[in-house]
Amino acid sequence: MAEKKEKLPRQPMPEQKPEVRRRNFKEVPLGYTPEIAMKEASRCLQCKKPSCREGCPVQVDIPAFIKLIKEGDFTGAIRKIWEKNSLPAICGRVCPQELQCEGHCILGKKGEPVAIGNLERFAADYEREHGTGELPPKAHPTGKKVAIIGSGPSGLTVAGDLILKGHDVTVFEAFHKGGGVLVYGIPEFRLPKDIVASEVNFLERLGVKFEYNVVVGKTITIDELFDQGYDAIYIGVGAGLPRFLNIPGENLVGIYSANEYLTRANLMKAYLFPEYDTPIVKGKNVVVIGAGNVAMDSARTAMRLGADSVKIVYRRSREEMPARKAEIHHAEEEGIEFHLLTNPIRFLGDEEGKVKGMECIKMELGEPDESGRRRPVPIKGSEFQMECDLVVISVGAGANPVLTKATEGLELTKWGYIVANPETGKTKKKGVWAGGDIVTGQATVILAAGAGRKASDSIHEYLTWGW
Amino acid sequence: MFEIVNREEMAQGSVILNEIKAPLIAKKARPGQFVILRAHEKGERIPLTMADTDPEKGTITIIYQVVGKTTALFKTLQVGDSYLDIIGPLGKPTHLEKYDGDVVCVGGGTGVAVLHPITRGLKQKGNNVIAIIGARTKDLLILEDKMKAASHELHVCTDDGSYGHHGFVTDVLKENLENKNVKLVVAIGPVPMMKFVCAMTKEYGVKTLVSLNPIMVDGTGMCGCCRVSVGGETKFACVDGPEFDGHKVDFEELMKRLRSYLEQEKESYEKFKASLNA
Repeated sequence: MAEKKEKLPRQPMPEQKPEVRRRNFKEVPLGYTPEIAMKEASRCLQCKKPSCREGCPVQVDIPAFIKLIKEGDFTGAIRKIWEKNSLPAICGRVCPQELQCEGHCILGKKGEPVAIGNLERFAADYEREHGTGELPPKAHPTGKKVAIIGSGPSGLTVAGDLILKGHDVTVFEAFHKGGGVLVYGIPEFRLPKDIVASEVNFLERLGVKFEYNVVVGKTITIDELFDQGYDAIYIGVGAGLPRFLNIPGENLVGIYSANEYLTRANLMKAYLFPEYDTPIVKGKNVVVIGAGNVAMDSARTAMRLGADSVKIVYRRSREEMPARKAEIHHAEEEGIEFHLLTNPIRFLGDEEGKVKGMECIKMELGEPDESGRRRPVPIKGSEFQMECDLVVISVGAGANPVLTKATEGLELTKWGYIVANPETGKTKKKGVWAGGDIVTGQATVILAAGAGRKASDSIHEYLTWGW
Repeated sequence: MFEIVNREEMAQGSVILNEIKAPLIAKKARPGQFVILRAHEKGERIPLTMADTDPEKGTITIIYQVVGKTTALFKTLQVGDSYLDIIGPLGKPTHLEKYDGDVVCVGGGTGVAVLHPITRGLKQKGNNVIAIIGARTKDLLILEDKMKAASHELHVCTDDGSYGHHGFVTDVLKENLENKNVKLVVAIGPVPMMKFVCAMTKEYGVKTLVSLNPIMVDGTGMCGCCRVSVGGETKFACVDGPEFDGHKVDFEELMKRLRSYLEQEKESYEKFKASLNA
């Protein structure tokens, strides 16, 4: 039997063909059928000491849920995942599994690891499409009120955990829709918005209240929430401050931060303009600066909006690109060009103030810098120009000060992030927890969810025992 | 949902006032701050500086000019109808203090609506406030009575001479800069007006505040759409403003950025007008 298992190859997930999908916003991978899922699940060795689980920031019991899929008990599988992860349809799609669960899978040592992410996604999608809709059991009401600020992955995780433990939970969101970065940042073709909406709806059915259009720090303060009777507050507002390059010409028309470009396209649905009212610049020659996941999302969005050419411009080499391998692969398949070891120096505009080009300089790798990566150094005299009519700057995001500046008693790092205990999420302010990007700086959905999980345990202890 | 409790048409229906129920915002808002509104599920988010608030009634007042699809759509909303989303109060409030001399408040077009609470606030602080408001023609002038009550002395200008001084607000401003001990000028209106006011007050070395209304998306410093150059530095109008030292603002850049979506705005507005006629 063991021999047979090893021979069965990793089951690929059917995808839209690159030449088709590069011009539409529909999801790229199409999902497993039950048959493929059970086949893939049968590859799992059911290790006694599963190292995949060690690689999961929320310690999902991976072998257990895979076993249930193999047996065709898809409802059992999703319930097993829900014990540790409230957002499986999302995590199955956007987690960097190759660095986490799948990166630890023993099968991966010699061959291909079990497709854990695909299986998690399958279990969640099957439940959404065919499930009974039966809700997990809830503890008796405790009478304690919790406010959660921000409805991104960490806030949703905390909300899901604490509502099941019997607390009265309200989520405050500045935007008009729930999901945070899941709705404004990650594009439809990678994470369909009806999936995020269904996760939010699931929490609503459990009794979580969502208050939209509330900017905590402006509309109301944290101390005022305590005055209103909240017993504990969780801050999960993300890293909502775009970084720019600070080079000449950056305010020309047609130069966006990735936050703006993606918010227009995703949250405001500018890709459906004029059916939707929010416009977006549709470039023919597009340049995206940066090489993280957000840069890939921006480049692929520009391609779908009808660009003739989309270039990723990155000052380091391929090896240092921070995006997931799968995202880089998808981008390349869709015809995105990579201009590596290239750094922008200034932007050039026309008489109307629109961007028409960019001057760059070639770089080479020198000695390692403080990040451990080899520092890119400009090559003298290698300046050149490239034409572009749309530029998206995707070089990371920092801490947005709107909430932290309006809140007394929080300790901040010199970069403006909230100081919180990494094990519990407790901040220096009594009754206030924080987690996700506003603590760690820009990271991943699952790390934010993991921070939420730790904080919700700590909040529950505090509400139960007073510490 | 944010219900409209009072609605007025001004300037021959080209300018609309909405008083809207928004208790949380009304309680917090200070002169100079703005809100972002969205009327329907497919709508865009647009920023408007509040013209007034009533914390007791829990209402805020906005006054806008109909210039494109979104504002034309807003105009169709009647008393009892609601905005889908309003967030605020956003931006920094105007810094109000007692100046050692006269204060001149200059407003043009719908900028007068934003100028009104600031003018009133400066008067309440004990300043001698001279107000100058202008419009293209008499019928387009708004809030004359309110500005009269909020100031000590009101001058009205029309470009075509149909009412008040025949000419621009800058003509009257110049007289005041020459003859009075002006310590502060607040100028709110179309970008060219603010630009000319600032060019003039700079010559006289008089501190000048302007309130900018660039294109925005989130209004909380998250996207950088509203970036403006002030004294050579990039600022986000939504969190660092909307008020800035007018002598430092790059108005040329602001004007260009305001025209970012000219073609799309036209397309959207034409389509909307056609659907209204159909």
